[in-house]
Amino acid sequence: MSNAPAHAGSTTVTPYVDPARVRYRQRKAWRDAAIGIVSLIVTASLVTFVVVRTPGWPAVQETFFSPEAFSESFPGLLEAFWLNIRIFLIAEPLILIVGLTVALVRRLKSPIFLPLRIVATVYVDVFRGVPTLLVILLLGFGVPALQLQGAPDDVLVWGVVALVLSYGAYVAEVFRAGIDSVHPSQRMAARSLGLSSWQTNRYVVLPQAVRNVTPPLLNDFISLQKDTALVSVLGPIEVLRQAQIDASFTFNYTPYVAAACLFIALTIPMTRFTDWLQERQRRQRGSGFSS
Amino acid sequence: MHRRSLSVVALAAAGLMLAACAQESSGGASSSAPAPESSSAAPASSSAAPSPTETPDECAPENLNLVNAGQLTIGTDSPAYPPYFVDDDPANGQGFESAVAYAVAEGLGFTSDQVAWTVVPFNKSYAPGAKDFDFDINQISITPKRAEVVTFSEGYYTVNQAVIALADSPIANATSLSELKDARLGAQVGTTSLKYIEDFIQPNTDIFVYNDTNDAKSALKNGQIDGIVVDLPTAFYITAVEIPKGKIVGQFPAQEGGEQFGLLFQKDNPLVTCVNKVLTELKDSGELQAIQDEWLAGTTAPYFTE
Repeated sequence: MSNAPAHAGSTTVTPYVDPARVRYRQRKAWRDAAIGIVSLIVTASLVTFVVVRTPGWPAVQETFFSPEAFSESFPGLLEAFWLNIRIFLIAEPLILIVGLTVALVRRLKSPIFLPLRIVATVYVDVFRGVPTLLVILLLGFGVPALQLQGAPDDVLVWGVVALVLSYGAYVAEVFRAGIDSVHPSQRMAARSLGLSSWQTNRYVVLPQAVRNVTPPLLNDFISLQKDTALVSVLGPIEVLRQAQIDASFTFNYTPYVAAACLFIALTIPMTRFTDWLQERQRRQRGSGFSS
Repeated sequence: MHRRSLSVVALAAAGLMLAACAQESSGGASSSAPAPESSSAAPASSSAAPSPTETPDECAPENLNLVNAGQLTIGTDSPAYPPYFVDDDPANGQGFESAVAYAVAEGLGFTSDQVAWTVVPFNKSYAPGAKDFDFDINQISITPKRAEVVTFSEGYYTVNQAVIALADSPIANATSLSELKDARLGAQVGTTSLKYIEDFIQPNTDIFVYNDTNDAKSALKNGQIDGIVVDLPTAFYITAVEIPKGKIVGQFPAQEGGEQFGLLFQKDNPLVTCVNKVLTELKDSGELQAIQDEWLAGTTAPYFTE
């Protein structure tokens, strides 16, 4: 913190620090803490006062934050949430595979791969531009209507396929950005050491690329967790649909709040995990420069 | 820098949580929304009113508690489905609910020009706060739980639920509810149809729930589900017009007291007393039955046994 950078190797030398400066910093720390707490209390009371004193607050509280409605709907919601988690767990690895494959195909240089590159580019352009809901409707209701022989008639299959196609396009772009973020000199150095193009990708480019894009990838997955709810348009009862059912029978929106709590319970650990990964990465890189 | 931004976020979050968790404060604000401008005219001023009735009347159009003075604002969802509405246009007076709405409006003393329609999604119809309609007519079943939040009129139609399947479906010839236990059944979200599947069939498989009847019909035609449950008039319309290959397998045994469609009002809206008066008149005069016969023809289908 306030320590002056010590000379390399001389670890026993304690740098001189002005005591007046230390006292000033301590005072400032206390003052900052006090101001922060007072400000917190004043703002919180102000917000509470303004919201709670509005004429509609009791109605809003009863409609959105009713403890009875919450506890009544929660067990059913928890059960329905299991479907969201299953969809998510199946879709996520598939999305990684699709995304990485498409990103790599788009990086292929040889002219013989032109058709593949075109397919990959069109795929990304189309599926990133089309609302996920439409993809789900099209695959879930449209494909079965074709009455193809051997096509699965389980709507969940089509829901997952639609999510994979839609999110695969996003993730492909994230991977591509990651690959681009690796400096060309890395690739050249690897090739000059005699690594093949595949080895260069596998051992030099991709490890760095994936590390660079881990936070945005997790971001996409948190978004995916919530978009699993879209599959409900095909009929399966997942948590948001269950909340809608409960809400429509009781005319109370609290089940939606309960469903939101479940999503938050899933995304917050994931967000903290992303933060932790980022922090670790920063530390690792930082340590590479010192000493 | 970092710490400061954190504390700002914490501040906002804490404020919101406090607001959410606070019990009803000493302010004691009543839960009723501010009443829309009520007419300031005293009930005695009947001389100025071109009302068809001679006596001063709290149910005269100018004395009613209306969202927009001088007109009756009626809500319904869009799309508005047949046979309750025709061509997704509630203002054409065609379809059972459109006809009922205009009959009620007439009974209250409004001309059809004074009726304004507004789109009210079902989910919005019970939102807290002031409503932008005088009443909502949208095949809403009256239940005690719902009546805690909104006010319902008397029922204007006693509805029963029915199962539709494709004619070549394995359940097409089912005669009892127990034969439907292994069927994949679907219904529209928020409908009592869904409740009927849960309560009376209790299927062994997952129930499928759709945003609207159109999606349920798609799934039925695709063979993704074996049957859908809808109210009987809708079932007749679907099998007659929309899915000719479909058939009504049967209807659920009638429930005690019956399931009634009611007009939905803002909680404790005094307008409901006048509307109820009109509904009673329509029932007594046989006009409601005539409207029903006109738009909801063909009301017999075999009843399921247990």
